[in-house]
Amino acid sequence: MKQVVLPELGEGIETATIAAWNVKKGDLVKKEDDIVELVTDKASFSVSAGFDGRVIELQFQEGEEVAIGETLAVIDEENKKGFL
Amino acid sequence: MEQAFKNISACQLMDCGCMDYKQTYAIQKKCVEETLQGADPTIMICEHPLVLTMGRLSKEENILCSQDTLQKRNIEVIRVDRGGQVTLHAPGQMMVYPILDLRKYKKDLKYYFRILEQVGIDLLNCFDILGSRLSGKTGVFVGDKKLISIGIGIRKWISFHGMAINVNTDLELFSMIKPCGLDVSMTSMSQIKQRQIHMSEVKTRLIDCFCRRFGLVIQQEVGVK
Repeated sequence: MKQVVLPELGEGIETATIAAWNVKKGDLVKKEDDIVELVTDKASFSVSAGFDGRVIELQFQEGEEVAIGETLAVIDEENKKGFL
Repeated sequence: MEQAFKNISACQLMDCGCMDYKQTYAIQKKCVEETLQGADPTIMICEHPLVLTMGRLSKEENILCSQDTLQKRNIEVIRVDRGGQVTLHAPGQMMVYPILDLRKYKKDLKYYFRILEQVGIDLLNCFDILGSRLSGKTGVFVGDKKLISIGIGIRKWISFHGMAINVNTDLELFSMIKPCGLDVSMTSMSQIKQRQIHMSEVKTRLIDCFCRRFGLVIQQEVGVK
């Protein structure tokens, strides 16, 4: 299992808010896919999956606040049935 | 304020003139993809016909006029994937949309904001206008009035959206919204100088200020994609 975490966004930025998920639980993703869009007060940004595999957990809902370093999603690298 | 760069890089300039918001957005997205593939960064400059845009944090109540008024005046409201709240674009407002690979500078959103603000302060200084930052607020202010608004999007550390500079903007229009969700008055370069400002001069100075702060040199001026 691989965890997708909210990366460092710069000095003094400690949290961001989930604006929209681009995937749902059970989806197959490629590492370069942008799986979620987050927002700070003046910037929106996307976070990539980082791993090929199947999304097995989305840890936050849209509108929820996430701290830097927290897990956004969990991806199962072994479960790629149906992967193109 | 330090320069944001270590080495001078080539970039392309795209002057879109006065162009529909959605059209420039589509061009930005295309430029982001190309920059991700290793193309030179792009500085897009344009104006927009009157339009309201709502960033990801926008609240409907920050649009102060009625749906009826919007419809009668044929003003489109567009939800967009930038940070920030509601803002207004109109002729006389110069937009700069930098499509930059921020990995070549610093992967730091606030740092990027501060450099953009500095470009704005440098630009205003060219016209003998004293622009400054206000603590806790993003943008460039003259006194307590806001002249430059900033809202950005980032995809894989490639920037899009950008900066709105009120040059000759009709400031009455801002009565339709609560700009950026703030109780702030807007101002413009023309209001401060009490004369119309030549957009072409602003454009030339803006490109110069931008390139100096970001270590860019215009390699070519490209047509609209």
